[in-house]
Amino acid sequence: MLHWTIYISFFGVVVLTLLQRDNARAARIVALLTALAGFAVALIGTVQAGAGVNTFCDFAWVPTLGIHYHLAADGISLTLVLLTGLAAVAGILFSWNIEHRAKEFFAFYLALIGGVYGVFLSFDLFLLFVFYELAIIPKYFLIAIWGSTRKEYGAMKLALYSFVGSAMVLIGIVAAYVVAGAKTTGLFELAKYPFPERFQCWAFPLVFVGFAILAGLWPFHTWAPTGHVAAPTAASMLLAGVVMKLGAYGALRVAMTLFPLGLKGWHGAIAVLAVVGIVYGAMVALTQKDLKFVIGYSSVSHMGFVLLGLMTLNAIGLSGAVLQMFSHGVIAGLLFAVVGRMVYDRTHTRELDALEEMRLGRALPFAAVTFVIASVASMGLPGFSGFVAELQVLIGAWHSFPTLTLCAGAGILVSVAYTLRVLQKAFLGEARKSAENSRSQPESELPPISVPERIGALVLVSATLLIGLYPRLLLDLIVPSWNSPLFDGLRKAGAL
Amino acid sequence: MPETIVSLAALAVLFVDLGIMRSAAGKFRRMVAAAFGGMGCLVAIFWMCQVHQESGREVLNGMLVVDPLTQLVKQALLVLTVFTAVVSLDSSFTDHVGEYFALLLLATVGMMFLVSSENLLMIFISLELTSLSLYILTAFNKQNPGSAEAALKYFLFGGMAAAFTLFGLSLLYGLSGSIELRPIAAALKGKGLDPLLAAAIVMTVIGLGFKIAAVPFHLWAPDAYQGAPTPSAALIASGSKVASFFILAKVMMIGFAGAEGSGAWRAYESGWVPLLALIAALSMLLGNLAAIAQSNVKRLLAYSAIAHGGYALLGVLTDNLLGVASLVYYVITYGLTVLGAFAVAAAVEERAGEARMSDFAGLSRRAPLLSFCMMIFMLSLAGIPPLAGFFGKFYLFTAAVGAQPETLGLLWLVGFAIAMSAVSLYYYLQVLKQIFAVEAPQDAPPVRPSAPFTVAVVLVAAGIVLLGCAPELLVGRLMATIRAAGF
Repeated sequence: MLHWTIYISFFGVVVLTLLQRDNARAARIVALLTALAGFAVALIGTVQAGAGVNTFCDFAWVPTLGIHYHLAADGISLTLVLLTGLAAVAGILFSWNIEHRAKEFFAFYLALIGGVYGVFLSFDLFLLFVFYELAIIPKYFLIAIWGSTRKEYGAMKLALYSFVGSAMVLIGIVAAYVVAGAKTTGLFELAKYPFPERFQCWAFPLVFVGFAILAGLWPFHTWAPTGHVAAPTAASMLLAGVVMKLGAYGALRVAMTLFPLGLKGWHGAIAVLAVVGIVYGAMVALTQKDLKFVIGYSSVSHMGFVLLGLMTLNAIGLSGAVLQMFSHGVIAGLLFAVVGRMVYDRTHTRELDALEEMRLGRALPFAAVTFVIASVASMGLPGFSGFVAELQVLIGAWHSFPTLTLCAGAGILVSVAYTLRVLQKAFLGEARKSAENSRSQPESELPPISVPERIGALVLVSATLLIGLYPRLLLDLIVPSWNSPLFDGLRKAGAL
Repeated sequence: MPETIVSLAALAVLFVDLGIMRSAAGKFRRMVAAAFGGMGCLVAIFWMCQVHQESGREVLNGMLVVDPLTQLVKQALLVLTVFTAVVSLDSSFTDHVGEYFALLLLATVGMMFLVSSENLLMIFISLELTSLSLYILTAFNKQNPGSAEAALKYFLFGGMAAAFTLFGLSLLYGLSGSIELRPIAAALKGKGLDPLLAAAIVMTVIGLGFKIAAVPFHLWAPDAYQGAPTPSAALIASGSKVASFFILAKVMMIGFAGAEGSGAWRAYESGWVPLLALIAALSMLLGNLAAIAQSNVKRLLAYSAIAHGGYALLGVLTDNLLGVASLVYYVITYGLTVLGAFAVAAAVEERAGEARMSDFAGLSRRAPLLSFCMMIFMLSLAGIPPLAGFFGKFYLFTAAVGAQPETLGLLWLVGFAIAMSAVSLYYYLQVLKQIFAVEAPQDAPPVRPSAPFTVAVVLVAAGIVLLGCAPELLVGRLMATIRAAGF
C-alpha cells in the first residue's frame, strides 16, 4: 500500500490547483492533510511490510521497450519513505506563515514530495529516473519564487547541477540497457546481468557521480550551500532532508547494485573524495558569517559520512550510511527550521555578528533550546541518531580504510568546533554583551514562536531521540535488506 | 484519396471566403474558413482510418506509396494542421483570410504527398509545393516588414537548396538509371562509394538539410520563425518538420542503402551516416548555445528547433526499424509541443505586439491556464518526464546506441546529445522564470484568447502528457506499421 504515498501527494497537488487563488489558509490545511495522510500511509506500510522486497504493483508500462511500472520497497526504501513523510509534515508546519502565492507554493512542494516518494519506491530503472527528474523542476520554482538571498542564481545552479547529474546517469542507463540486450529496464533483471568489467569500469563512475552530485559529493557540492541559503525554509529542509538523500539512494540503488565490479575498482578513490568532503565541509563551515551557510556546509560534511559508509563495502558501514541518511535528514531539517523560520523570519538577518547583538537566548528561548538540541545531535552526542549512524560508518570504514577513518574522525572534531562557535555567537552570546544591550531591547518585539513551529520541532526532536536511543527500530529494517537478491552481484564481487 | 479531400477543402475555403464572405467581419470569416479547413482535414483522417486496409501499396503506377506507416504520419500531419488552423483564429494580421487558410491546406497537401512518395520526381515536386506555400505563408503579415524580410531570406535559401536537391537527385538518376528509391538502391548495390555517389549524397543532404534546418543550412530559420506570422511559423516548425524528416529517413535508408558508412567512434567509414552524424552534432551544439543568448521567445524556439533537429537526426543515423519508429515518435510529439509553444507565443504577441521574454513576465497571473500549458510545452522540450519529449528522447537514444550493441559505436553522439539537452534546460527555465517567478508590470495587458483557441492549446498539452505517460499508445502502433511498411 506504500505506493499510495505517491498518489496521495499528487492528488494533493491537483486539489491545490483547483483551490481559490488567494485562500492561503485552505491551501495550508490541504497541504498538511495530504502530508499527514502520506506519512500515515508510510508508517502503516512500514509496520505491515514483510521481510525482503515487497512489491506493490508491477505491470508492463511500455512493453515494446520492456519498461515496467514496478513499485516496491525493501528496508532501505522503507527507511527513506518514513523520512520523507516526516520531513514533509515538518516542512509544512514550518511554512505555516507563507501568504504569498501560498497555493502554488504548496502545490510545488507536494509535487516534489510525490517525486521523492516515487524515487524511493521504484524498482524499474526507467521509472526511477522518471521520478528523479520529476523532482528537479519543483525545486527550481520553490527557490526561484519564494527564496531569499540570490534566489534566481541559487535556483538555476541547483537545477543545472541536478540536470547535469541526471544527464550522466541517463547516459549510463541507456548504455546499460543496450548492453544487457535492450529487453528490460527492471532493476532485478539488470542486477542479475553480468556486465563486462570493462564496461563497468567507466559506467560505474559515470552513474555514481551523476547521482552523487545531488548527495553533495566533493568537489561537485557547490550547489548545496548556495541552494540551501537561497531556498525558503521548507525547501531547504527538504533539500537537506530528502533531496540530498535521493542522490545517495540512487548511487546505492543503481550504480552500486548494477556495477559491483566497477565499484570494487573505484571505491578507494570515492572514499577519499567523501573524506575530503567531510573535513572540507566542516572547515568551511567554521569560517562562515551567515548562519545558513554554516548549516549548508555542515550538510556537505555530514553527507560525506553517507558516501564514506557506502564505500566501506561491508554491512555495518552500509547500514550506517542508510541510518545516517535518516538521521541527517531529521537533524538538518531541524537546524534549517530554527534558522530559517524561527530566527530569520523574525529578525530578518542571518549574520552571526548581528545575531550576537540580539540575545536570542533570552528573546526566543524555545528557538535557542531547539537549536541546542539539534546542534548537539549534529555533533554526534550519544543518545541522538547522529551518534549511532556516524559510529557505524566509522567502524565500517575502519575495516576498509584505517587512515581515512582517522581523517574523518578529525572532521568530527572540527564539526564540534563550528557547532559550538555558532551556538556561542547566535544564541548564547549574551554574557559578554549584556551590559550594552540591556538598554535597547529590540528582541522583546520579536513575535513569539507559534504553535505549528513548536509541534514541528517536537516531532523532529523526538524522531532523532527515538532513533538515537533505540536504533534497532530502523536497523531491523535496514540490515536484512542486504540479503536480498539485488545485492548478489555485490556479494559475488566480495564487496559485502 | 485523402490528399484530394484536403485539396478540395482548400478550394472550398477559397471559394466560400472570396465568393460569399467578402464583407463579413474578420473574426467570423476566420471562423468559417477554419471550420471548412478543419472539417476537410478531419474527413481525410476519418477516410484513412476507414479504408487504409483495402488500399494497395502503390497507387498511380508507383508514383505514390500507401502503407500503414505513411497513413499514420499523414494523420499526424493533418492533426497538426487542424490545430494550426484553430490557433490562427485569434491572429488578425491579414485581410486575406481565404488565401491564408487555403495555403495552409495546400502546404499540408504538399507534405502529405512528400510522405507518400518514393519517387525522385514526386519527392521534388511535393517539396516544392510545400516550400512555395510556406514562403507565402511566411510573408503574409504585410504590416510587418520583418515578415517580408523573413520570407525573402527563406525563399532565397530555399531556392538554392532546391537547386542542390535537384542536382543531387539528377546525379542519382544518372548513376542508377532509375527514379524509384528501391530500384536505385538495387542498382547501386555493391558499387561502393564512388565520387559521383558521394557528390549525390552531399547534394541531397544539403537540400533536405535546409528543410529540417540543420546546421550549417539553418541560417534562414531564426529570421523566418521570428518574422513570420506565428501560426505560419508553427506550421513550419511542426508539420513541415515531420514530413521532411520522414522523407529524409526514406531517401537515406532506402535510396542510399549500401552507402551507409559508419559513424562509430574510432571506426569511421565514409558514407552518409558519418555525414549526418557530423551535421547532428553541429546542430545540437549551435542550436543550444545560440538559444541561450536569445531574448525573443520565437527566436529562441527557432534555435531550439535546430537543436531538436540534431536530436531527431539520431533516429535517421540509427538506420533500422527502431530508428524509424523513434524518429517518427519524436518528430510527431515535437511537432505537437512546438505548435503549442507557438500558440502561447501567438496569444502573448497578439496583446503585446511582440514575443520578447519580458512580454511573458507574470503570465501565470494574467493567464493561468495558458501558463500551465506553456510549462508543459517547455518542460517537454527540455525532456523532463513524464512528458512526451522525455520519452521521445529516451527512445531515440536507446535506438541509436542499440544500432551497434556490441561496440556502442554511436554512444559518443548520444552522450553529446544528452549533455546538450542538459544545457537546454537553462533557456527553457528562463522562459518559465519569466512566466512564473517574475511579477507582471503594472500596465501589462491581460491575455484573453478565444475559447476555441484555449481548448486547442489545452488539448495539445493534454496530448503531450498522455503520450508521455502512455507512450505505448503510439509506439505500439508504430512498430506494427513499420514492420508492415518494410523499411
